[in-house]
Amino acid sequence: MARVPVQFTLNGQDRAEFVESGVTLLHALRHTMGDTSPKAGCQQGTCGACTVIVDGELRLSCLTLAETCEGASIETAAGLANEGLLHPLQRAIVDGFAAQCGFCTPGMIMAAKTLLDHTPNPTRDDVVEAISGNICRCTGYEPIIQAVLTAAQSNSQKAG
Amino acid sequence: MEIRKDYFSDERNDDLHEIGHSRTRSDTPGHVTGKTAYFADRTFPGLLHLKMVRSPHHHANIRSIDVSEAEKHPGVVRVLTARDVPHNLYTILILIQVGPEDETVLADKKVSWKGEAVVAVLATSERAAQEGAAKVKVDYEVLPAVFDMEEALKPDAPLVNEHHPGNHYLYDSGDHRKVRFGDVEAGFAKADHILEQTYNSSPIEQAPLETTGCIVTPDGNDRFTCYTDTQAMFFTLDNASIILQMPGHKLHMVGGTVGGGFGGKVDVIVEPIAILAAKLTGRPVSFIYSREEEMQISSPRAAERIVIKDGVMNDGRLVARKVTGYTDAGAYSRHSPYGAQKGTAHYPGPYTIENVWIDTYCVYTNRTPSSAMRGFGVTIADFALEVQMDKLARLIGMDPLEFRFINAYRDGDMKAHRQPTEGAALIECMQEASRVADWPVADRFYEMSSRSREA
Repeated sequence: MARVPVQFTLNGQDRAEFVESGVTLLHALRHTMGDTSPKAGCQQGTCGACTVIVDGELRLSCLTLAETCEGASIETAAGLANEGLLHPLQRAIVDGFAAQCGFCTPGMIMAAKTLLDHTPNPTRDDVVEAISGNICRCTGYEPIIQAVLTAAQSNSQKAG
Repeated sequence: MEIRKDYFSDERNDDLHEIGHSRTRSDTPGHVTGKTAYFADRTFPGLLHLKMVRSPHHHANIRSIDVSEAEKHPGVVRVLTARDVPHNLYTILILIQVGPEDETVLADKKVSWKGEAVVAVLATSERAAQEGAAKVKVDYEVLPAVFDMEEALKPDAPLVNEHHPGNHYLYDSGDHRKVRFGDVEAGFAKADHILEQTYNSSPIEQAPLETTGCIVTPDGNDRFTCYTDTQAMFFTLDNASIILQMPGHKLHMVGGTVGGGFGGKVDVIVEPIAILAAKLTGRPVSFIYSREEEMQISSPRAAERIVIKDGVMNDGRLVARKVTGYTDAGAYSRHSPYGAQKGTAHYPGPYTIENVWIDTYCVYTNRTPSSAMRGFGVTIADFALEVQMDKLARLIGMDPLEFRFINAYRDGDMKAHRQPTEGAALIECMQEASRVADWPVADRFYEMSSRSREA
């Protein structure tokens, strides 16, 4: 299989690696870049566990070819904490008991972050819509919705 | 949160000081930062990928298996068939003497459900393993299949599994588990009303976000480390040891972090064949279910059929209950004989009924083998029982909550399966539920207690 170079920014760091042509961004992140925070839940774009942010937009990394991300800026849950200080979304999930098995959590956080980046003061309906592509089989949606709203509040308090 | 110590004042003397307080889960910081290590988050150099060739038929004899084209496919390293498996017949609960062994790791003579594993293909990439698997040729002679439990129990039904004549599990009590208590026919004879209903449920997939799988590395010295998302580490260790005919100290099982299980990861399916593959190739092996396999291949909750006949008096007393329960094991036992047996004791529900007759059958059909899922054996029973209770209350024109108060079990009552009731709290729960839900009942029900029976 031909190997091709890809360069992009991953959580603020420049990365350049060779990947097999045609591999997904999910595969490249997990097996080449050493970032296993995006999870392979279905690998067909239905569960949301692989959700990352590419150039500010929410993307399913299992349906995104690594080669199409050349030069892009990629964010994952692994890069959210700042020198050990949890991002408000992470803090709210920890405090609000909004994770159980944890497998959906990194993707859920990135879907929520995309929302808050674009809509700092979301309504409950906005949150439900934003995470509607992310499945949590431990059925923890209610605490997750609450955690996102709590994180939005703590963000706006800081901004204020 | 209020702790009502008056309910169990004679049983608990401690302060229960954690109850009512929120504590951070120790594992959540790892989850939110993506640092939690699930089994598939590990990468090993030289990793091989295992793909299974599965039966496309519900029931068929295997005439021949040809792996020659698969072996030649670029990237394919090894192909495994039944003759590579040291002890190719197992059943999970043999560990607690619930036999017989009734299932192969890789089928060689017959397949009994659509999706049964036949050949394992190992390759240097997932894609090569998939392509190699597609080149395995299996010649099948398709057999008649049976999918309905009552059809399967008929004398002329196709035999699903040669280890289970009659298509039922053979308990020490015969072809079914039974409970006999009082005289159920006398109870029906004196009842004011009789209600007989049949309840059916479909299989339910646990559908964890993380699919079933494992990665096995050869450690040298003929020892193997198996990183797995099993919910049942010692079932896995002991069954792998039996299937592979290897002493347990050669198998180092590493687990603990499970991306959702709900009972779906209690079977022992992926580990033995992956360990065998690592042993025969000398390389790390990954066997991870695709989402399609998780949904179609992994054991769901069993389908059940529950026939309940109750005799009830106009004053609300349940005086007789007869239940025939059927649990659809699919083609192999796994945990279903145990689940069906649990139902036998459970069918009276949390109610004291003086005349009870229960028969439960664990039935084999050509469906996907069923197994554990949250409360298996009792969850569907509770659905049926409580729908039945509502129907009975309606039949005699009584409030459904008051109807349950009248029949609720109390400490000291003998249950139908001869276990005396201890520590009952149904009445107290219903009293509280009545207040919280603003569903008032007559005063006499608020004066009841689980610890004594009114004069």
